[in-house]
Amino acid sequence: MKRNLARRLHVAGACSPLAIFVSACNAIASPVLDPKGPIAAAQTQLLLDAVAIMMIVIVPVFIMAALFTWRYRGTNRNARYAPNLAYYWPVEILIWGVPAGIIFWLGLHLWSATHRLDPYKPIDPEVPPLRVEAVAQDWKWLFVYPEQDIAVVNELVFPAGRPLALRITSDTVMNSFMIPGLGGQIYAMAGMQTRLHLLADEPGEFWGRNVQYSGRGFADQQFRAIATTTEGEFGAWVEKVKASTQMLDATTYEQLAKPSVKVPVTYYSGVQPGLFDSIIAKWHGDGNHLHAQVTGTEQAR
Amino acid sequence: MLGRLTIDALPFYSAIAAGGAAVTVLGALSVVGLITYFRAWRIVLFDWVSSLDHKKIGIMYVMLALVMLMRGFIDAAMMRSQQAIAFRSDGYLPAEHFDQIFSSHGTIMIFFMAMPFLSGLINHIMPQQIGARDVAFPFMNAVSLWLTAAGAGLVLISLVIGKFSTAGWTGYPPYSGIEYNPGVGVDYWLWAVLIAGVGSTMSGINFLVTILKCRAPGMHLFRMPLFSWTVLVTSVLMIFAFPALTVACGLLAVDRIFGTHFFTNAMGGNMMHYINLFWLWGHPEVYILILPAFGVFSEVVATFSQKRLFGYTSLVLATMAIGLLSFTVWLHHFFTMGPSADVNSFFGIMTTIIAVPTGVKVFDWLLTMYRGRIIFKPPMLFTIGFLVTFVIGGLSGVLLALPPVDYAMHNTTFLVAHFHNTIIPGVLFGYLAGYMFWFPKAFGFKLNETWGARSFWCWIIGFYLAFMPLYVLGLMGMPRRMEHYDIAAWQPHLIVAAVGAFIIFLGIVCLAIQLVVSIRDRANARDLTGDPWNGRTLEWATSSPPALYNFAILPNVQSVDAFWDMKHRGVAYQRPERYVDIALPKNTFIPATVGGAAFVFGFAVVWYIWWLAAVAFAVILVAIIIRSSDDETEVILPAIEVKAIEEARFREMEAASKNEMASDPGFAGESVLEATS
Repeated sequence: MKRNLARRLHVAGACSPLAIFVSACNAIASPVLDPKGPIAAAQTQLLLDAVAIMMIVIVPVFIMAALFTWRYRGTNRNARYAPNLAYYWPVEILIWGVPAGIIFWLGLHLWSATHRLDPYKPIDPEVPPLRVEAVAQDWKWLFVYPEQDIAVVNELVFPAGRPLALRITSDTVMNSFMIPGLGGQIYAMAGMQTRLHLLADEPGEFWGRNVQYSGRGFADQQFRAIATTTEGEFGAWVEKVKASTQMLDATTYEQLAKPSVKVPVTYYSGVQPGLFDSIIAKWHGDGNHLHAQVTGTEQAR
Repeated sequence: MLGRLTIDALPFYSAIAAGGAAVTVLGALSVVGLITYFRAWRIVLFDWVSSLDHKKIGIMYVMLALVMLMRGFIDAAMMRSQQAIAFRSDGYLPAEHFDQIFSSHGTIMIFFMAMPFLSGLINHIMPQQIGARDVAFPFMNAVSLWLTAAGAGLVLISLVIGKFSTAGWTGYPPYSGIEYNPGVGVDYWLWAVLIAGVGSTMSGINFLVTILKCRAPGMHLFRMPLFSWTVLVTSVLMIFAFPALTVACGLLAVDRIFGTHFFTNAMGGNMMHYINLFWLWGHPEVYILILPAFGVFSEVVATFSQKRLFGYTSLVLATMAIGLLSFTVWLHHFFTMGPSADVNSFFGIMTTIIAVPTGVKVFDWLLTMYRGRIIFKPPMLFTIGFLVTFVIGGLSGVLLALPPVDYAMHNTTFLVAHFHNTIIPGVLFGYLAGYMFWFPKAFGFKLNETWGARSFWCWIIGFYLAFMPLYVLGLMGMPRRMEHYDIAAWQPHLIVAAVGAFIIFLGIVCLAIQLVVSIRDRANARDLTGDPWNGRTLEWATSSPPALYNFAILPNVQSVDAFWDMKHRGVAYQRPERYVDIALPKNTFIPATVGGAAFVFGFAVVWYIWWLAAVAFAVILVAIIIRSSDDETEVILPAIEVKAIEEARFREMEAASKNEMASDPGFAGESVLEATS
């Protein structure tokens, strides 16, 4: 159903029918219109509701524009001509009132949807989420799994059906983290931490990336996001990472953080404890100001 | 001696960069060559460059805007063609170059196309609409112009000497900081924006004071034409908003030059402050741009529907509401920076509320057409095209104002499509409509209508083809500013968008042809009465082009649509009993000197040539001191000369047809005059 909708919108909006053929053979073509998680689905639903309600105003504009342009063309002497018609209070009430009513309705939905879909809000307080720390670097993403004590470059793996709780920062310029099929986005800023909660309803492979322009390697700053079918499959992947011979200690990190483009997926079987917090802290001068660091990290909130 | 300026600054490292530089240099040389060929240096210098006449300043602003429109469009065409071919390929533009192009495109279109176009239309028309002889501060007006030109000059010269910024037109730190961008590009952007921004602040002050202090007798605020109303609100926005930009860019410049940490990553610097300050200017800025365009649409739709404007009071109130609300929505540019749901909701709701007054305006314009007799001159075509297209941009704007939707759409091409969908039909169509509407007023002959209509059709078809695919791409998750990509499904849309850009190019070509053809055929398109469209407002009461003083005798205004009312009462073209001496501002080269020195100052600071910066700054100071001590800034045009000019006009009008619109098949007839009581 949703896929159909996506196609219909293609036809309506694309002006390029060719795209339908192409998108049909590309599973990740239309992430927003073909959401794979509750967050993205709710975002899409809100979008469609808003479009529908606004048609109350938009459609009359189209009709009036077409009708008046035709009917009141100067050469049509049969149409009524009222050169002094400049005010009619019922119309004034209508043109202020109807848009105001729509915006009132929309405002209520906006308020509740914004709170419901707050990216900082855990998706399901009952289920313990998988914690991942994401670090934007020039021009790649580093994902640290503190509970599993592993780290990965440019690949984010998690079990479908289990919420994902991300803490996000940047070790370079401002970035923005997004997995279009699942939801997002949220900025990544050096010296600060932002949060994002996501959930994949069904297993699959998605693409995620930085969407805030960040320099010459920006176009290639993307990663694969994989929602595994089961917890066991996820565990097997963790084991695979654990088998790597590389460790992410301070020295390795320094190397990794240098600007680089098209970095292949890299596994680290161990991570220096507190790495994520130390990345944030290093932008706060001498690094001893733990308090400053904590307030700093929540500054973005 | 030359700071960091070395021979490496010349663009011989790449054929495309060298080509761009060559075009810029050749363009400048050909202008110089043409002026020399026509032996026009005296006219250019003594009649134009040194002029303080608001009408000439307005024309120079629009000329600057049209030149920069070309340059900005070339950038757009390069981006669209790069993205059309860059699927799994590097295309023809390296990332470094592509990034400069999207930065200069946005910078030029906002600061050096739209702003000068806006200032030009306001300068030429607003004083005439309110029955004034000039703006309140003619000297400051010229300084604003030349500061804007200085900023534009810095952007243009960055193509020849050095590079432009790669930080986008918004220049977000820390990327635009010295740590990540040590080159001259960001400095070029900064100083161009800073210098032009000072000019814009002064323009705002000038327009506001003009409207508040220089209106003709009887021109109450609520008798002002809608265009002047929108200028009033826009001026207030300019005065309050531009200082925020100056502070943001000023502090960023201090960060870059002196190593402070206002916006850096380290040492407690915080880029979020910059982003707040920037959009505290940036959001009002879009209303600064669009409100006067709304004013143009209001004038055009009433004139060419041959009907009074519907809902005058509603339109004024809606304009005020938009002006006020524009300062309460800036945060919607960064919902995704992590504000709490409460904060995001507040700014989201404030943003959607703006849709209400905007919607009211759209309906008022449509209702003006209702029971009118619409004449489809090119300005009216642009207005109808705007009405239909703009509501789509409004729709997508409300969608982006919903924070959860913005989380999914921000930084994608959906956003790019949205703001082009408001700025092209809303702002540019408005300015182009104003340009074609008021061109006869400025030059005394009408623009060719066939080429005007062709230009409109190219613009609107090109617009839909270029930007509807970007909406779809945004829904497909394509980020903006991608130099290349590896998702096959994007490419067909991008190819369509490139075709659209090409059709827009044809629209620009039609504009150029229209101008050339109209100048060639001007003898057959003279506007002898000063009232080519059977106009309603006071600017049509003056001759075309207007005399230096606009009005020999200040008009006495008794109602809205003042000139229409005068025509109806039969007092529109009365010979006064006696003429009076009129004081006019004396020409001076000081504003151009200040602008030139500001350009040199900006260039010197960009390249760290400190001694030259000091010299340029001293020149500005000395010029201002000289001007301040000059007591003879006006010349008196004696009554006898005024009389001669006016008598010549009356003779010319007697020879002309009474109503220039009478020959149009859609003309509603002279009886309209009777019917309007």
